[in-house]
Order: sequence, then C-alpha cells, then structure tokens
Amino acid sequence: MTHSVYLYILVMAAVTYAIRALPLTLIRKEIKSKFIRSFLYYVPFATLAAMTFPAIITSTDYVSSACIGFAAALILAFRRQSLIVVACGASATVLIAELILGFM
Amino acid sequence: MTNKQNFLQGMKNGIPICLGYFAVSFAFGIQAADINLSPFQAGLLSLLNVTSAGQFAGLAVIASAGSYIEMAILQAIVNLRYLLMSAALSQKLTPETPTFHRLGIAYGVTDEIFGISVMRKGALSPYFSYGATLVSVFGWVSGTVLGASAGAILPQRLISALGIALYGMFIAIIIPPARESRPVLITVVAGMVAATIFTYAPVLRALSGGMRIIIVTVLVAGAAAYIWPVEN
Repeated sequence: MTHSVYLYILVMAAVTYAIRALPLTLIRKEIKSKFIRSFLYYVPFATLAAMTFPAIITSTDYVSSACIGFAAALILAFRRQSLIVVACGASATVLIAELILGFM
Repeated sequence: MTNKQNFLQGMKNGIPICLGYFAVSFAFGIQAADINLSPFQAGLLSLLNVTSAGQFAGLAVIASAGSYIEMAILQAIVNLRYLLMSAALSQKLTPETPTFHRLGIAYGVTDEIFGISVMRKGALSPYFSYGATLVSVFGWVSGTVLGASAGAILPQRLISALGIALYGMFIAIIIPPARESRPVLITVVAGMVAATIFTYAPVLRALSGGMRIIIVTVLVAGAAAYIWPVEN
C-alpha cells in the first residue's frame, strides 16, 4: 500500500486541530481526576525529552559536533535563554566546532 | 481596547515569536526536503499544523511509510499538551465568546502563542490571538518553504549546523521547568534514558520512531503522575 503525503498531512492537521479546538469549545468544567491532570502535566516533558535524546546525537554530520552543540544548548537553556537564542546558539556552536574539527 | 488595537498589539507581540519560528522552521524545511517533500508540501504541512514537535515527529512517520493510524495516535500523544493549553485558554475568554471565535483561536494554540495569550491581563480578546497567530504563522510557513527550497543550495556545513536547531528549541522548552522542579527533571532524564534504551536495545529497536515516542511518553509521564501527583 502506498501512502499519500497529502493524506498524511490531512491526518496530522485534523488530529492536531481537534486537540486544540475541543477543550476551547466543549469542556467548560475542570478535569476532576488528579491522575489525568498530573499525567497531562508531565506529557510534554517526557515527549520532548524522548524526541531530543538520543536523536540529537545524529542530528548533524558528526557525532562529536552534535555532542558539543547539545552541551551548548543545555548550558544556554539552564541560563534561561529564549527559544531562538538556544536554537541558534546550538547551531552556531556546531558550525564553529565543525570548522575547527575540519582543520585538525 | 478596540478590536483593531488588540489585533495590532497581538501582531507586535508576535514578532519575536515569528523570528524564532523562522529559524526553527527553516531547519524543519531542510529535513522535510531530506525525505523528498516538495517546498509546497512542506509549506502546506506547516500552515495546517503549526506544531514543531508534532511536525517533526510526523516526518519520521512519513519517512518510514508508517500507517495513518500510527500517524494519528502519534500526533494525539505528541500534541496532547495543547489539550491543557486549550482548556486553560477557555478560562481566559468571556463566557459569551461565540464558537467561531473559539474555533479561530484554537488554530493558533502553540507553546509560544499560548504563553503570550495567557499572560494578558483580564479577558483575552480573540483579535489579540489573531494578530499574534498571523505574524507567527507567517514566520513558520515562510521559514519552512525557504528551508525546503533553498536548503539544497546551502553549504553542507550550514545544513549540518541547522540540523540541531529544532532540538535546541525542545531543550529550551523543557530545561527551565526542570530547574525548578525535581519531578520534572527526573521525568526529562527518564524520558531520554528510556528513548535511548528503546532506540538501541535488541527487539525494542524494531519499533518505529513514532511508536517509540508514544510508548516512552505514556510510561514515563504515567509513572511520574503516579509518583508525584500534581497539586491543583
């Protein structure tokens, strides 16, 4: 079975929009279950962490430059820098690291 | 404030978000082109989804020719946080806000737009959301299209460096709260360790990238919720 890119995009968009629209339009009462509220609270951290590592290690051309960029992103984020500073800082660090490593 | 003033205020507050989105979506566009999406397809994907983590995870499913069901479940899990944000935003609207405005605001529920919307004093004007969303989505879509089309003519060194940008953004989202809360810190570390095990361990590594993220999220977030229930 071949898959259509447009159908993938449509499935993604429909699910994502439904998640955003349902609470705003339907749910007016607070969620009662403490477990579900707690679960939802931890979801973004678990998801983003699982998506970041180990994938970040192979996100650039060299594992060594990716590790240096990873370290730079962690340091910047620990210092509470904004999204753009952390994202660009990590990229710039990788660029510099690869230029230096390239000459060695 | 008039509707127009609210709209303009939203546009103004959206400018830094637009710049940040541009850099990140440029990297997304490059990755989309990498798995043979056209600039139009990549731009359409960004226009209809506006979700970095979800789109990024979606690329993995498209690349591995996963099923549509897998795609739907993955998007639901990865974007589950929008459910919470949407619920929180519903409390910021006046009760008489009509449904079509609620549906309009829903389109722009992202981490960043939610952040500036929920910080507004008093009730949230839909027009503020529209202004912020318009400017932010412009950056998100144009960055994607440029990345997908110009990515091919960029020097390989630059493409390699931009490959880490999305991950940098994820780190910027999860690390500051992890500093404040030990349970969040442990959740983040556990998520990374579990993902590493699922990526390299025999048998487990046969799972697709999408299923891996779903299983790790449910296991780790479920355990965290059980051990450290959140008050209020």
